[in-house]
Amino acid sequence: MSLRLPDRVVERGLLMIAMSSVAILAIITYYIFSEGAPLIFDIGLGNFFSTDWRPTEGHYGITLMIVGSLVVTAGALIIGVPLGLACAIVLAEMAPPRARTVLKPVIEILAGIPSVVYGFMGIVVLLPWIRSHFGGTGASALAGAVILGIMVLPTIIGISIDALQAVPKSYRDGSLALGATQWQTIRRVVLPAARSGLVAAVILGMGRAVGETMAVIMVAGNSVQMPDSPLDSVRTLTANIAIEMGYAAGDHQRALFATGVVLFVIIMVLNGAANLARGRQRKRKAVAAAPTLTAADLATAREHARSGGPK
Amino acid sequence: MTTAPTAARPRRLITPRQAQLCARIILWSAMAVTVAVLVFIILFILRRGLEHVSWSFLSEPPRSSGRSGGVLPMIVGTVGVVLLGVLVATPLGVGTAIYLTEYTRETWITKVIRFGAECLAGVPSIIFGLFGFVFFVIELGFGWSILAGGLTLAFMILPTIIRTSEEAIKAVPFAYRETSLTLGATKWETVRKVVLPSALPGILTGVILGIGRSISETAAVIFTAGSSLSQVIPTSLFDGTRTLSVHFYTLATEGISADKAYATATVLVLAILVINTAAYAIMNRFMRRYR
Repeated sequence: MSLRLPDRVVERGLLMIAMSSVAILAIITYYIFSEGAPLIFDIGLGNFFSTDWRPTEGHYGITLMIVGSLVVTAGALIIGVPLGLACAIVLAEMAPPRARTVLKPVIEILAGIPSVVYGFMGIVVLLPWIRSHFGGTGASALAGAVILGIMVLPTIIGISIDALQAVPKSYRDGSLALGATQWQTIRRVVLPAARSGLVAAVILGMGRAVGETMAVIMVAGNSVQMPDSPLDSVRTLTANIAIEMGYAAGDHQRALFATGVVLFVIIMVLNGAANLARGRQRKRKAVAAAPTLTAADLATAREHARSGGPK
Repeated sequence: MTTAPTAARPRRLITPRQAQLCARIILWSAMAVTVAVLVFIILFILRRGLEHVSWSFLSEPPRSSGRSGGVLPMIVGTVGVVLLGVLVATPLGVGTAIYLTEYTRETWITKVIRFGAECLAGVPSIIFGLFGFVFFVIELGFGWSILAGGLTLAFMILPTIIRTSEEAIKAVPFAYRETSLTLGATKWETVRKVVLPSALPGILTGVILGIGRSISETAAVIFTAGSSLSQVIPTSLFDGTRTLSVHFYTLATEGISADKAYATATVLVLAILVINTAAYAIMNRFMRRYR
């Protein structure tokens, strides 16, 4: 009996420690909202979601920054999603184990490179290239999208690999046994079965792109304007905060926290959506994706069986 | 891209095997592009920066706002915030992992804890920066300091440490625990003397990755540790500091000195390479032991 008490005490202590991440999330939410939210109600939602950002004159409309974030994020996904998914398929389905042990750390180093270094590469490589091919200063939504497209790769690849590896091996075996090629198996069986997890990967990549700050500031130009073309300079929500935080005071500073509130809400919605999608894959695991194999695939399988099969 | 057979098309454009070949080529080229981007970035920085990294660059304070001299105060400041961050986050992260794996079944409490950690992992660094500024710098009165920067980083890397520690603890075979408990050890003794030592390399990997993330971080420390250039090496937790990545950001964006910018980037990139390699090597050996 005397041994029981310490264990109880330890358990209580550990529970308190374990609650720390929840507590931290709570105080972060509290402080961001208590600094930023009152201003939104003081100036009214109509003003806050207007396109008029003139902080020195008391106009705090952030719509153009929301547009900026959306444009750059969309561009980043156009580049990052196909590239990331392709890498994930290679790493999870195709690469031999030895290649995998070399390639996986490469992806991790890509995640480890500081965002300021990505931004710097943008300044010294990408901006001059855009300047010489398309004119202008080079600092643009396009540059932001390219840099962010690379930066979201590790997120998309990592979570996609998890999603693909969660597909039971028996699915692949079943498909291959029917005579399908490896690519048919991936496309018709593995990818559909992993769909929700892949959606989660894209959503989290999106969150990564929306939240990225330093690299975007360095390449996107940061003008508060409605972009007409990918070559126009844009300012994202994150850039708005980081650029003006250095000298803002009073209502201006509260407006930057209000920008943070919007950013925070967007990120939490994305996190929640990704969580739901991942939960769905776990639940759907039992449901076979086999119906996506069409009659024609079976015919192919029969053909292969007759002719000795694809090898 | 590829044409797979469908019921509506009696004659195929390409056979499944050709489709497979096309798909392989396209997918592997995407992989090649990704690897090429990384190799390009690393070589580009090292080729221009390595020649400007010298012992005096690492051991001298900056002069004329970074145009000449070195980065010693920034290195010391970076080590300061990173160490503090890891020292605070590691016990919290490992404690959370022990609780989640050893002391409870999956209940609503563990779901809340996991959800909290996952959300925290998704919070952008600029939000951590805003929070650290209003909470540590203003509310608690730490000012721009190593203390405020380090605590902000601790909060930021906590999810990484929780996740890797949990994986490491889960990888320890169940038989170890059973043996210890059969010999009459209490649960806590088992955790402390059997599970944790076995999981140590895996936990270490998480800590090293946390260090890497902290060194890379800019947005969260620029508003908490400060950004003013100082020739003086910080000596107390309450001293402000400009970390290496913040210094690099200033050099890169204000056109102060290209040579110094490349040299600073080289130091950052080399640090990340060393850290990731170490983390990977340790994790690899650890996982192999229990497979």
